Amino acid sequence: MLELLRQPWPWYVAGPLIGLTVPALLLIGNKALGISSSLRHICAACVPAGIPFLTYNWRTELWNLFFVLGIGIGGFIGYHLLGHPDAVAISTETVRDLKAQLHLTDFSGLLPKELFALENLSNWKGWVFLVLGGFLVGFGTRYAGGCTSGHAISGLSNLQWVSLVAVIGFFVGGLLMTWVFYPMLF
Amino acid sequence: MKNLKYLVLGVLFGIILTKSEVVSWWRIQEMFRFQSFHMYGIIGSAIVVGLISIQLIKRNRLKTINGEEITLADKKYTHGTWIGGIIFGLGWALTGACPGPMFAQLGSGVAGAAVLILAALAGTWTYSALRDKLPM
Repeated sequence: MLELLRQPWPWYVAGPLIGLTVPALLLIGNKALGISSSLRHICAACVPAGIPFLTYNWRTELWNLFFVLGIGIGGFIGYHLLGHPDAVAISTETVRDLKAQLHLTDFSGLLPKELFALENLSNWKGWVFLVLGGFLVGFGTRYAGGCTSGHAISGLSNLQWVSLVAVIGFFVGGLLMTWVFYPMLF
Repeated sequence: MKNLKYLVLGVLFGIILTKSEVVSWWRIQEMFRFQSFHMYGIIGSAIVVGLISIQLIKRNRLKTINGEEITLADKKYTHGTWIGGIIFGLGWALTGACPGPMFAQLGSGVAGAAVLILAALAGTWTYSALRDKLPM
């Protein structure tokens, strides 16, 4: 059993389990799945700076911060206790393209060390991937009113057309970056 | 400790994200290059299961375990829905992580994830500060 859990989980196991998180949160406390809100609550708790959008009682949303703390612990358990030594088994086409386009050579780990290692903050690549990338995620999700969990999973599950617009936006942005800006950057 | 149940659910959610490799930059690149069904299968089947679950909750007027009414708020449209959506998408393809996976990556010990989260917080803070000046 443990051996089975240690293998990477196929999509048809993981997807339905992620989907079940939506009713689980509703049934245990009438909460809507949404993770990017935690970023707002942390800002409101730490640096509200008199900004109206950050001036509210974030303590009533404490459940959301417990949930993301749990995700961090889950990341530890999933990677170290239920871990699996092999590199992420991405398709050979992706490996080929990333070698050719981004000049990556080390395919171990959850993300490429050649782009995300802290030492990279001494060059422009590290700033683009770590700082600009993170900034766009934080800015964009709040402006859009949600991320993959809040719009794609939670919103589309509840047939929200607004979420469909947001998800199309996510893909337009992602495809632009991958197909237009990556070739310009490298 | 009424928040403990959310912590437990978060732990399970984090394990699922990690074991299915949703938290991996490689998988997100593979998705945006249309070179694998993996991510589409995960997102698609999650939506189907979520949709059926919500329908069951609505039709049977289920209540929470504490007997409260379950309410589902409608998402409101603003121009930010698509503008912000595209901005997030640009960042998603760079970082290979949406907010949930960033926290899972940090837990798995990826030091860069701490920078990603700080930068994402800076992004959310900047949006909050500029909100009145942005098209809505």
